[in-house]
Amino acid sequence: MDAKLKETILNPIFKGNPITVLVLGICSALAVTVEMKGACVMALSVIAVTGLSSLVCSLIRKTIPNRVRIIIQLVVVALMVILVDQFLKAFAYSVAKQLSVYIGLIITNCIVMGRIEAYALMNKPIPSLLDGLANGAGYGIILIIVAFFRELLGSGTLFGYPVLSALGYVNNGLAILPPMALIILGCIIWAQRAIQKDLQEK
Amino acid sequence: MESISLIVKSIFVDNMVFSYFLGMCSYLAVSKNVKTANGLGVAVIFVLLVTLPINYLLYENVLKPGALAWVSESMASVDLSFLSFIVFIATIAAITQIVEMVVEKFAPALYSSLGIYLPLIAVNCAILGGSLFMQNKDFVNVGEAGAYAFGSGIGWWMAIVALAAIREKMAYANVPAPLKGLGITFITVGLMGMAFMAFMGISL
Repeated sequence: MDAKLKETILNPIFKGNPITVLVLGICSALAVTVEMKGACVMALSVIAVTGLSSLVCSLIRKTIPNRVRIIIQLVVVALMVILVDQFLKAFAYSVAKQLSVYIGLIITNCIVMGRIEAYALMNKPIPSLLDGLANGAGYGIILIIVAFFRELLGSGTLFGYPVLSALGYVNNGLAILPPMALIILGCIIWAQRAIQKDLQEK
Repeated sequence: MESISLIVKSIFVDNMVFSYFLGMCSYLAVSKNVKTANGLGVAVIFVLLVTLPINYLLYENVLKPGALAWVSESMASVDLSFLSFIVFIATIAAITQIVEMVVEKFAPALYSSLGIYLPLIAVNCAILGGSLFMQNKDFVNVGEAGAYAFGSGIGWWMAIVALAAIREKMAYANVPAPLKGLGITFITVGLMGMAFMAFMGISL
């Protein structure tokens, strides 16, 4: 049991990473990675939403009729996203403004629905909660890696503090534009698949 | 005239895929060949065109701060905008279901060509994203919301068909093994995005 739980938590972070391996939830992953701050807030929001909605769906899994389960899942997820959104608006208004529609788009983030469908509906609440949190974390790590490179190369700062710009680095404006997010993510996938040969596509 | 500039702007300048990354999941998953990509693209245009004006009307008449004033004076101070996520997603899920049933009944040929893509669209971020962007854009009437939906849909369709065509050709290229499949697709989309940056800053 213990080994299985450990597997549940560690697998989504590297070997079965939702973004680089399962290709889920790319939309919001790319748009919020211009700065570390936005990326961290987004990562925490997604961790909260995946964890809580997996927990709730797992608690009510025996009462959900199979035919209407998608709508019920959507409602649960939308509820969690509204809670996160209202929380951010109350306590971190400037970040909430900066993330704009992408907080709302967590609802259609495939990771959340994917984990509910694939795991929470068949498992007990506590493992489901852990599975949701771990998948959120796997998503968050990629988000933070991409944001690290984009902020460092694009503005020469990290969390707004000058790092490279203090050394006389000239900002690369391309890094803060949308295409660079895709290229960095492509390179991350390249690196991961070079290490893990079994993930390579034929 | 206003609507035409809105359409052109949302196809090229504010392209859903290249400047907002919306609908990326299905964009990457369903772009292996041109035919299926075309089917999904058409379905997205269709659903956007139906759901966005409905969500616009709902937002303007029910959810916006003070929008309920038409019911009675005392409700003029009600602000239901925090409910917009749940209302939008419910509308989208319901409409896709209805559209699917109608298309199945009256246009079986179209239904069989769209196939499984119709129900999948309910969770496509391009559709919800369209509605959420509409909230910030202050359109003056339903026509403008419809024009925006049409332009965004066309932009998404164009992007997925273009990527599918490139991927079909790329099957013959000699890509390094770890980069094959997903990796090179991301980089291709990035390069396409750079090409689309040429349209940035154009104002009509």
